Amino acid sequence: MTLDEVKIGGLGASRRRVEDNRFIRGKGNYVDDVVLPGMLHMEIVRSPLAHARIKKIDISGAYKIPGVRLVMTGEMMAARNLGWMPTLSYDTQAILATDKVRFQGQEVACVIADDPYIARDGCEAIVIEYEPLQPVVNPMQAVAPDAPLIRDDKVNQTDNIVFDWEVGDVIGTDQAFAEADVVSEIDMHYPRSHPSPIEACGSIADYDRSTSKLTVYMTTQAPHIIRAAVSLVAELPEHMIRIISPDLGGGFGNKVPVYPGYVMSILASILLEQPVKWIEDKSGNLISTGFGRDVYLKGQMALRNDGKILGVRMHTDSDHGAFFADAQPSKFKIGLMHSAFACYDIPNAHLTARGYYTNKAPGGVAYRCSFRVTEAMFFQERMVQAAADDLGMDQAEFRRKNFVRDDDFPHRTPFGFLTDSGQYEKCLDVGLEAIGYDDFLKQKEEAAARGRLLGIGISTMTEPLGAGNSREYDILGIKMFDSAELRVHMTGKAILRTGAKTQGQGHETTWAQIVAHELGIPAEDVVVEEGDTDTAPFGMGTYASRSTPVAGAAVSMVSRKIRAKSRKIAAHLLEVSEEDIDWELGRFYVRSAPDRGVTIQECAMAAYSNVPDGMEPGLENNAYYDPPNLTWPFACYIATVEVDPLTGVWDVLRVVAVDDCGVRINPMIVEGQIMGGLTEAYAMANMQFITFDADGNCVGGNYMDYLLPTAWETPGFELHEVVTPCPHHPIGAKGIGECATVGGPAAFVNAVIDALKGTGVRNIDMPLLPDRVYEAVTQHHDVSGAPPVKTD
Amino acid sequence: MYPSRFKYETPSTVEEAIGLLHDGGADAKILAGGQSLIPMMKLRFAAPGTIVDINNIPGLDYMRTESDGTFRVGALVRHVDLERATELKDSQPTIAAAAHLVADPIVRTRGTFVGSLCHADPQGDWASCMVALDGSVVAQGPKGRRTIGVDEFVKGPFTTVLAPDELAVEAVVPKAQGVRSGGYLKLERRIGDFATAGVAVAIERNGDVVSRAGIGLTGVGSRTINAEEAAAAVVGQPLTPDTIERAGDLAAAISDPRSDHRGSADYKRHIVATFVTRLLTSMQPTREQSTEERVA
Ligand SMILES: Cc1cc2nc3c(=O)[nH]c(=O)nc-3n(C[C@H](O)[C@H](O)[C@H](O)COP(=O)(O)OP(=O)(O)OC[C@H]3O[C@@H](n4cnc5c(N)ncnc54)[C@H](O)[C@@H]3O)c2cc1C
Repeated sequence: MTLDEVKIGGLGASRRRVEDNRFIRGKGNYVDDVVLPGMLHMEIVRSPLAHARIKKIDISGAYKIPGVRLVMTGEMMAARNLGWMPTLSYDTQAILATDKVRFQGQEVACVIADDPYIARDGCEAIVIEYEPLQPVVNPMQAVAPDAPLIRDDKVNQTDNIVFDWEVGDVIGTDQAFAEADVVSEIDMHYPRSHPSPIEACGSIADYDRSTSKLTVYMTTQAPHIIRAAVSLVAELPEHMIRIISPDLGGGFGNKVPVYPGYVMSILASILLEQPVKWIEDKSGNLISTGFGRDVYLKGQMALRNDGKILGVRMHTDSDHGAFFADAQPSKFKIGLMHSAFACYDIPNAHLTARGYYTNKAPGGVAYRCSFRVTEAMFFQERMVQAAADDLGMDQAEFRRKNFVRDDDFPHRTPFGFLTDSGQYEKCLDVGLEAIGYDDFLKQKEEAAARGRLLGIGISTMTEPLGAGNSREYDILGIKMFDSAELRVHMTGKAILRTGAKTQGQGHETTWAQIVAHELGIPAEDVVVEEGDTDTAPFGMGTYASRSTPVAGAAVSMVSRKIRAKSRKIAAHLLEVSEEDIDWELGRFYVRSAPDRGVTIQECAMAAYSNVPDGMEPGLENNAYYDPPNLTWPFACYIATVEVDPLTGVWDVLRVVAVDDCGVRINPMIVEGQIMGGLTEAYAMANMQFITFDADGNCVGGNYMDYLLPTAWETPGFELHEVVTPCPHHPIGAKGIGECATVGGPAAFVNAVIDALKGTGVRNIDMPLLPDRVYEAVTQHHDVSGAPPVKTD
Repeated sequence: MYPSRFKYETPSTVEEAIGLLHDGGADAKILAGGQSLIPMMKLRFAAPGTIVDINNIPGLDYMRTESDGTFRVGALVRHVDLERATELKDSQPTIAAAAHLVADPIVRTRGTFVGSLCHADPQGDWASCMVALDGSVVAQGPKGRRTIGVDEFVKGPFTTVLAPDELAVEAVVPKAQGVRSGGYLKLERRIGDFATAGVAVAIERNGDVVSRAGIGLTGVGSRTINAEEAAAAVVGQPLTPDTIERAGDLAAAISDPRSDHRGSADYKRHIVATFVTRLLTSMQPTREQSTEERVA
């Protein structure tokens, strides 16, 4: 009568998502669904200009509108010491602009009124005089001799550079290049992209003077960090702050930072002693909140004629916008960019990185990027293709030759990470087999003879997911571990809480599956709760694919603590010593008499009714988990395309994805994550980007300009799997939330470049819009580092 | 959506609507499908004082081909009605080819053919089709009805010759002078995107000889472009690779696109030439090829 793990919803069960029950019935509870008595509404006035001095703000018109309760400006915030706030990267950021505006869409004033219509009327009635300043819209302009100083608010800032940072071995790398037969180069721009979750940001701040308690409903992926930040910024005691992150309509890293809107709604509620709701509109979200990428990538690879990679040089110029406000582990200024080339055996590498201030919205670390691993892997796989092409080697063969072998683990990557597992060649082989590599190459040749351009692109990657460990990974000094708390009730049902925060990943489903796996309690008997700082244990939140590697591991560990206590209770109930009992899923039994046993549910009942002498009653515990290492999933993505040279339009023929994320908790959810990621990869390769015109106007502040692919364009995906369990994770799982977004783009770009092989074009910057492809094909030159678009 | 305050009226006859428009003056706006007007009100680019919603007026949702071949589209015919009218494939091939390229399926269920003409967006797909077909709009005001050729109907970007108290009641496509062929090609970056460039072609033939031709261009100027010279290049003789190429070149020459995030002016001109060529080539009698090829 051993339990069937899949039947009880344990590991490997493609259990339907329990959260969907409410979502598909329209019963989700998002911030905008929360209505509090006496609630007021806040709306933000944003800067129309990218760079300008504020000369005058006249708010009198707004106060003439009945129903307007409060207007706040930077000056008023500054008077309360809230003109500026610290960012998650040791910089400062304006809450409401005081001296000047530094990007289009920056918050300049806000109006709190009885309803959102009046609030908007109030915003329209505010008159602001600006004196335009020269805008800086890219890193090149930021360091031009006549560049204006963007951050003249900072005492020691004399230029527009945020940081200079380097990692790797410069001497060894120089030597490798000296010994090289061939040096391959690449020069690209990874454009700015925005995660654009369906739900924009928002908050409802409710300050209750009678209790001195501040409750904030907020769209945040990391409620506990927000509580700490609010406590520091607003100087309120941490125990008097309760952050509730209810259902989230997507996050993708967009909902990690602290935004001015949150802070303003909090201050307004404190001043007015009424709840204040702020719901950002979609354009506000697109033009002002955390974006991803916007990095210029330059690389060189030292190669031996036989195809061996000797060394790599990387340089990145990253555009952070007006404030260095994104979140990444404090030690790593350019995130985990140096995770590049982790799956290849490369003896020497050196990376230099420079960050720039520009007159654009702040951010850079969002959108399924795992702290810029997206750029790192794109860099890696585009570089690898360029190198293979330069050597005249087959792109699959070139990768195979340089992969870290299965028996080479643990392996020190060129920049010093320690990878611990993987079957790289196997993944590649599964992918090549699935796409029919050799057949396609023949087909491609035949098509070429008829004047048609087919191409195949490969992208492989391994990425570091699941920060910590806490020795190396912290944000503002807060160590990156996570936690779980499990309470088993007397009838054997349970509630699990973690410090993570689901936003579409399905934690309510998968965490229960881990408990089912560890304890044999059916998943449906476990309710999962996250997002309320008054009830959930401390955690760093959900981003960078860290939840399963860290919080998920904590769920395992807390379940094991419950099991350990249950074992003692079982021994007591079975009247044998603990050493004489064994565990099978959901049941302890006497080793010598397996028929004699007690279920986990019986142990739970006994925990409240019949504990051994001297034992604390109850069955609950918590666990803090500090991972010994990152987890290293691997993937191989292959795309085939056809390019129409007369229009530059390209169509995807097939996409094959082979993902190895270790043990899959819920295969259906994993596949959903991969398909979503591939859709985003296709989007970024094909159409989706945010750009700016020469005046710093954001082109991409609405869905007519910011193109998200629909079901119409998105190609079908063929998914395959390889399983290499993570050696240190309690259930062998690795991160999967970002793999396809990270690894996918290069497959599409490589495919188009492959189709154009022979035209002399080595690079077209994403997105590969028809006009760029056409230009490259007809003029036989790269379309790289494309300058901002003209809009006259 | 939080627009400025407005008055909302729902007339049940055309006359009542015209009366309301008359009373509302320049501040009153007709609401048809709302797919252009409502987004502008949301952004507060438009803040009409009165909305005259014509959706409750019976008898404006007709679409019919008269016995002489004249085709009439009432003011409440939605894009999707034209998309689903399979009989138009033969009688109105240009319109049939464009119907599923206008906006996206959601917008098509609400947006109207006539509303699109009235909106006069240089990137509107229907106006190019109507230009190619030499169509017209019938307007009704306090003083009665008048018929206005599409070319003259559009005054400039987003402006028409309609008086504030005039309602466009129908669009009219004249009967063909011969056997009609036509097509529409649109380069869009994604479904629902406005055209980077769009080309509508309509030709009428007696035997092999082209007796009438019209070419309308979308998104390559500050208004819908009537490429008359390009069209004239194929009239009076059968289609040949030479006349086709000449038409393509002339259409590219008359287009006046601007460089923007959809592409450079040169690129857009090149697309116009390519599409004119592809469309006309597909209409050559020797070739049986679909003109409905979706491009992006
Ligand atoms: C996401 C999206 C994508 C789109 N993509 C495209 C596209 O690719 N190609 C394209 O051509 N269009 C596109 N459109 C626009 C769409 O086709 C609109 O439906 C159309 O332009 C306007 O028609 P409507 O009935 O919706 O007009 P409304 O929005 O109701 O009105 C538009 C204007 O015309 C006036 N008007 C409407 N009807 C009349 C009338 N009978 N008499 C006098 N004045 C009138 C209104 O007062 C208003 O000024 C898109 C729209 C959206 C929202």
